[in-house]
Amino acid sequence: MHLATYLGLLDSSEHVLAHAFRQVADGHGDEPDIEHLCRFFADQAERHLADLVQVAERYGEQRETEPERLHAAEFGGIRHGGVGLLRDLQDLYVLGSLVDITWTAVGQAARGLRDRELIEVVGRCENDVTRQLTWLRTRLKQAAPQALIMAP
Amino acid sequence: MTDRSTDVWGTRTPHARDTAWPVRVDQHLDAVDDADVDRWVQSACVLCSNGCACDIAVKDGRMVGVRGRAGDRVNHGRLGPKGLYASWQWSDQDRLTRPLVRENGELVATSWDRAMSTIVDRSRQTPALGHGFYTSGQLFLEEYYTLGVIGKAGLGTPHMDGNTRLCTATAAAALKESFGSDGQPGSYTDIDSCDAIFLFGHNMAETQTVLWSRVLDRMHGPDRPQVVAVDPRSTRVTEAARATGGVHLAPLPGTNQALMNGLLREILTNDWIDTRYVAEHTLGLDELVTTVDEYPPERVAEICGIDAGDLCRAAEIFGTTERVLSTVLQGFYQSHQATAAACQVNNLHLLRGMIGRPGCGVLQMNGQPTAQNTRECGADGDLPGFRNWNNPDHIDDLARLWNVDPLVIPHWAPPTHAMQLWRYVEQETIDFLWISATNPAVSLPQLPRIREILSRPDLFLVVQDGFLTETAQYADVVLPAAMWGEKQGTFTNATRTVHLSEQAVEPPGEARSDLDIFLDYARRMDFRDRDGQPLISWKDPEGAFEAWKECSRGRPCDYGGLTYELLRGDSGIPWPCTAEQPRGTDRLYTDGVFVTDPDQCEDYGHDLLTGGSTTPEEYRSSRPDGRAFLKAAPYTEPPETASADFPLICTTGRIVHHFHTRTKTGRSRRLREAAPSVWVELAAGDAERLGLADGDRVRVESARGAVEGPARIGAGRPGVVFIPFHYGYWDAADGHEPDGSPTAANELTLSDWDPVSKQPLFKIAAVRIAKLPED
Repeated sequence: MHLATYLGLLDSSEHVLAHAFRQVADGHGDEPDIEHLCRFFADQAERHLADLVQVAERYGEQRETEPERLHAAEFGGIRHGGVGLLRDLQDLYVLGSLVDITWTAVGQAARGLRDRELIEVVGRCENDVTRQLTWLRTRLKQAAPQALIMAP
Repeated sequence: MTDRSTDVWGTRTPHARDTAWPVRVDQHLDAVDDADVDRWVQSACVLCSNGCACDIAVKDGRMVGVRGRAGDRVNHGRLGPKGLYASWQWSDQDRLTRPLVRENGELVATSWDRAMSTIVDRSRQTPALGHGFYTSGQLFLEEYYTLGVIGKAGLGTPHMDGNTRLCTATAAAALKESFGSDGQPGSYTDIDSCDAIFLFGHNMAETQTVLWSRVLDRMHGPDRPQVVAVDPRSTRVTEAARATGGVHLAPLPGTNQALMNGLLREILTNDWIDTRYVAEHTLGLDELVTTVDEYPPERVAEICGIDAGDLCRAAEIFGTTERVLSTVLQGFYQSHQATAAACQVNNLHLLRGMIGRPGCGVLQMNGQPTAQNTRECGADGDLPGFRNWNNPDHIDDLARLWNVDPLVIPHWAPPTHAMQLWRYVEQETIDFLWISATNPAVSLPQLPRIREILSRPDLFLVVQDGFLTETAQYADVVLPAAMWGEKQGTFTNATRTVHLSEQAVEPPGEARSDLDIFLDYARRMDFRDRDGQPLISWKDPEGAFEAWKECSRGRPCDYGGLTYELLRGDSGIPWPCTAEQPRGTDRLYTDGVFVTDPDQCEDYGHDLLTGGSTTPEEYRSSRPDGRAFLKAAPYTEPPETASADFPLICTTGRIVHHFHTRTKTGRSRRLREAAPSVWVELAAGDAERLGLADGDRVRVESARGAVEGPARIGAGRPGVVFIPFHYGYWDAADGHEPDGSPTAANELTLSDWDPVSKQPLFKIAAVRIAKLPED
């Protein structure tokens, strides 16, 4: 069963996402909404990691050989200025999308396994990730025109 | 009449439930008798959001007094101390009478032609997105609408917002989230009919004194309503709560959402709900139940620092009283979960089906007198006529009305909110900033930062005002504006009531109305429609009003049936006012049908926790179909809490004797003498710990700045400090910034805002206090 592989991918990508949210929060203190919400989302991603630990305990020992290495690219560090902020939000969106679709895949497996506990965990975490992506999309749409047209 | 600067609410005129509030006509004439008055000119007061109708006394071409209008639905003849003593007293003091331009660092007098040419030359060199407009809560409807059309259809910039963001944005946001559109559900007549009144973060006794007189007159009547007050301070309102057998809940600043979730949980677990109303007229109950279930009284008591029994008693009053009226203001609006908490007040009323019936209203209040009109006319980060920026049909509507390409109208995202606008100025992507009728150098949060932004060398700053304010002193061009009584226009109060304010006297010197200034700019910029005709065809206030009526037609704020002639009648008229409802509308949503139809609604809503926008598709698929939303959110900690370095939480607010930055009230002798300078209110226990006695001079510091003033020992909750926000520097030595002893409360406040309404957090700043050495 390859579920453990996907749980591993989730673990590493949520980890990267949490770290990225925290870096963006730390690096964009001049944008208070970015700072506070990214910190809030970083905490959320870390709670998902804790949830995953319990699930992994049940499936972790059934690990198969990976078909190919799955991993999320590390966040490269924050950038400055209007365009820099836009790029950072975009990177977060890409990372969040990977996390989102991976939860979807794991959720499908959970249903196939009739694993109520995992179905419940996936439902909760998917909601959080949807909320993150919704906010990122909203904020990026707001920031893009000024950054792309007017920024020095 | 007594001196109403001390006898603030005047003589009581008690009355019973469901009877009319008695008339009491208040009048103040300055050194003249009734017989000497040449004429009385119809108007309404612009010194708070209540909108009391009045007549202006004119003698020898000067304003010399005011008198409340007996027949008006808002005030039944009454006026408050600010209306009586600061409506016109400023009119011949320190006024700007000629345009000024900056030459070699100094502001020098010039002609209108040169001032306007300077502005237009710079504007023509600046791209649309390089323009920002920061306006006010004190202009007239006609001026906002004209400015809105200039910005949205002339230049095509999304960067237009105003001081209303600081005072009223959350009222609008909460109404949109719950009911689909802005528009006050309740009426002031609900005070005459209610059995309990809940004031959420609303010190009505000081902020809307005439409205509080209306409450007092019920409290002194035979069947007085119970008062429940939510306020960390101890005020006249919280005293009334005790006197009427109600409850005073004093939560720690920043914990309103936990308190509200606790109240809702009590209402739900005790089944004090109108099951049928909820089933037929709302959606979202399941999520609300799940969310508030986490807030049992004991947990709420711990988060908020209140007594669990008090919480339960307040919930019981709300849940078991026949008719409950709620009002909400800055204590909720200027906190970090502002929209969420204000929506929970709407939820309380929806659960009990107490909307649209006498005595059962919700009043999401406004701060400034004409704030409602910025929201309606699109001068504040909304589109005109409560149109939805995310609905292409609404944009096409506007494009047809204005005869412009829909692409000109910026609607790729919500119009830029004030705090973001200032950030763009700071980042130098807005280089042309036009400020009208407001004073951000005193009113915005974190003033040391604002002064730096205003000092930016490349910024081209236009300030249009009646006085050389703190802000005007940074300007490149200063335009002298006519003020209240010196120009004509309409405005709308917090309960949708429209009043006409006639011109009583000529403006001083060369000062012009804000409308004439905007029209002159539009003419010089030569804004054209698709057929090459002038974009703005009107030339006077009534023409602007008629144009606005067309814009509002068919929308929730329909002015279609109003005319200047109708507004010259006995009373102001509440919108919607149409051919079918020629006398206006006292209460909205009497049939429980809300403006949530996807084709009608002003907004598709947000995640209350983050401000993420609901997509049109998600909104449609929720099938609101006229039902109201029960929106829920968990409590989150405020962004700033007490720490070892800054162990106290500072809140700022209005006081009874002053308005905004005192440009008017500070020039009234009585009001200036009643409240001459800033003070720092702190709880007795905190004062004792700090070794402070009443009157000791103290220095209050936050991570951003400092304020100095005498300590006043209050009866508020421990850990909370209060500083009135009115005291800037125009009457101090340097005139535009502190000269060693700062007095503006916003030196301390932080640049942060609610995720949905974007209203800044003036109620949560961590501070420390130290005693200053005696001179």
